[in-house]
Amino acid sequence: MAKRFDIKDLNIYYGKFHAVNSVNLAVPPRNVTAFIGPSGCGKSTVLRSLNRMHEVIPGARVEGKVLLDGEDIYASNVDPVEVRRTIGMVFQRPNPFPTMSIKDNVVAGLKLAGMKNKRELDEVAERSLRGANLWNEVKDRLDRPGGGLSGGQQQRLCIARAIAVQPDVLLMDEPCSALDPISTLAIEDLITELKKDFTIVIVTHNMQQAARVSDQTAFFNLLGVGQPGQLIEVDDTEKIFSNPSQKATEDYISGRFG
Amino acid sequence: MAEEVTGSSPPAKSQGRRRGDGIFRSMTTGSSLAIVVSIGLIGLFLLIQAVPSLNANNINFFTSPEWSTGDVGNLRFGIRDLLVVTVLSSLLALAIAMPVAMGIALFLTHYLQPKFARPFAYIIDLLAAVPSIVFGLWGAKVLGPSLEPIATFLNKNLAWIPLFSDGNVSLSGGGNIFTAGIVLSIMILPIITAVSREVFRQTPVMQIEGALALGATRWEMIRTTVLPFGRSGYIAGSMLGLGRALGETVAVLIILRSATSSSTFSFFDGGYTFASKIASAAPEFSEPLSTGAYIAAGLVLFLFTFAVNALARYVAGRGKAKAS
Repeated sequence: MAKRFDIKDLNIYYGKFHAVNSVNLAVPPRNVTAFIGPSGCGKSTVLRSLNRMHEVIPGARVEGKVLLDGEDIYASNVDPVEVRRTIGMVFQRPNPFPTMSIKDNVVAGLKLAGMKNKRELDEVAERSLRGANLWNEVKDRLDRPGGGLSGGQQQRLCIARAIAVQPDVLLMDEPCSALDPISTLAIEDLITELKKDFTIVIVTHNMQQAARVSDQTAFFNLLGVGQPGQLIEVDDTEKIFSNPSQKATEDYISGRFG
Repeated sequence: MAEEVTGSSPPAKSQGRRRGDGIFRSMTTGSSLAIVVSIGLIGLFLLIQAVPSLNANNINFFTSPEWSTGDVGNLRFGIRDLLVVTVLSSLLALAIAMPVAMGIALFLTHYLQPKFARPFAYIIDLLAAVPSIVFGLWGAKVLGPSLEPIATFLNKNLAWIPLFSDGNVSLSGGGNIFTAGIVLSIMILPIITAVSREVFRQTPVMQIEGALALGATRWEMIRTTVLPFGRSGYIAGSMLGLGRALGETVAVLIILRSATSSSTFSFFDGGYTFASKIASAAPEFSEPLSTGAYIAAGLVLFLFTFAVNALARYVAGRGKAKAS
């Protein structure tokens, strides 16, 4: 539960294209780390390399180390499927399984892991839905398809699905970008609650959101077209948004470019 | 008709476009109507030609295995055996082709690298281009004889299952439903594969990533996302295949050995399907009343195929409603 990440000298490539250059970053446990930066700067790529999801794309590979409590998730004896079982992920657009009921969606990960006891599954479903602040809205229709919920509810359903397996880390890839402001607020409140139990890394385009929910902020940038993305600086969120040490960071958060 | 439309529309500038619109619309409407009308006319033709013979029939059309139409004064024809042979061979074909097609479609869409998937898919599609007479020859001369030991083994050891009990033709040479069903399965494989491949390919990436991010293996991902998503399309594709198997004529005609006794509901029966029966008698269609007997059989096949398609639509539609 709630492990720490140490990213060391991480380079990511798509085929011959060098997407991200030499990232060094520590993500402390029970803490929210936000990745901000312009589009194409590699922040989502770095996030997806933390649970080896980038490997879904043919030709993607990494160099360097990603240590989860000291253990390299890229070591040759590590199975990516196992990595993804312990590191949860929430995507840009809510993606509940449309043919499954709300309850089956929540426990999908546990069923994959082999849990069969129905009572146990019911308990976890309730606990996870409560954890995702969704229980009161769906408790009467747990057997209905998850696709019938609103966008914000679907996203909380996906969060419930991710936390049901008690992951070591929760990765969120712009989880509010497809949601309205009220649903966004609900998710942000939820993130603040979840960090009591989970290590959270969130990619966001919304700088206010980064300022509101995160403890630590990492700013990524591109040095130029066709150049790899870089981690410019990482610091306490308060410091990044008030007094960043790099000029590029200051330009970005104040809306000045180039 | 197209000119009328343009005549009533004042802006001169858009007239050219409007006329094109009108022509295009009447072409599409015409084509669609032509299809509906021709299906209706085919049904009507079959019915009109079949009724006199059905009236003159001296035995039950649906339950009798007998088929003798030589003596116009004493017509005796029933479709029971035609139906049995048609259904058994087609269902055997479907039972073999469905899992294989699913495997190929999943392999092409979710296992093989895209650059290899395309040529591989072409090869499968090429199967559809092989003329059915070639499949028939191959089935009768190559596959049938080489299946003989397998058929003998099944018949010897599983005879307690009615489907594998003694048939009404000899096992030697393999001129039975068993061989015909396997050949049919190869013939319907491309269509089922092609349809399944398309629906499996369209599985939303979000869904796939959602499953993988939960720690699903590739097979678990396929089970939780690809299969539920593609289920209705897969079934619809299989029904298209079944439709083809039901109506396949020449390959079955060449493979199946004609039987002297009636069907025993076994895979080792010979005999005729609806289509092969009609084709076999085609050279002798001179007497309207005896021809009408075959046309009646054709009518049943027509309606049967219709029913299968309607069922496929129902199943596919239900799957879709469940998914949303």
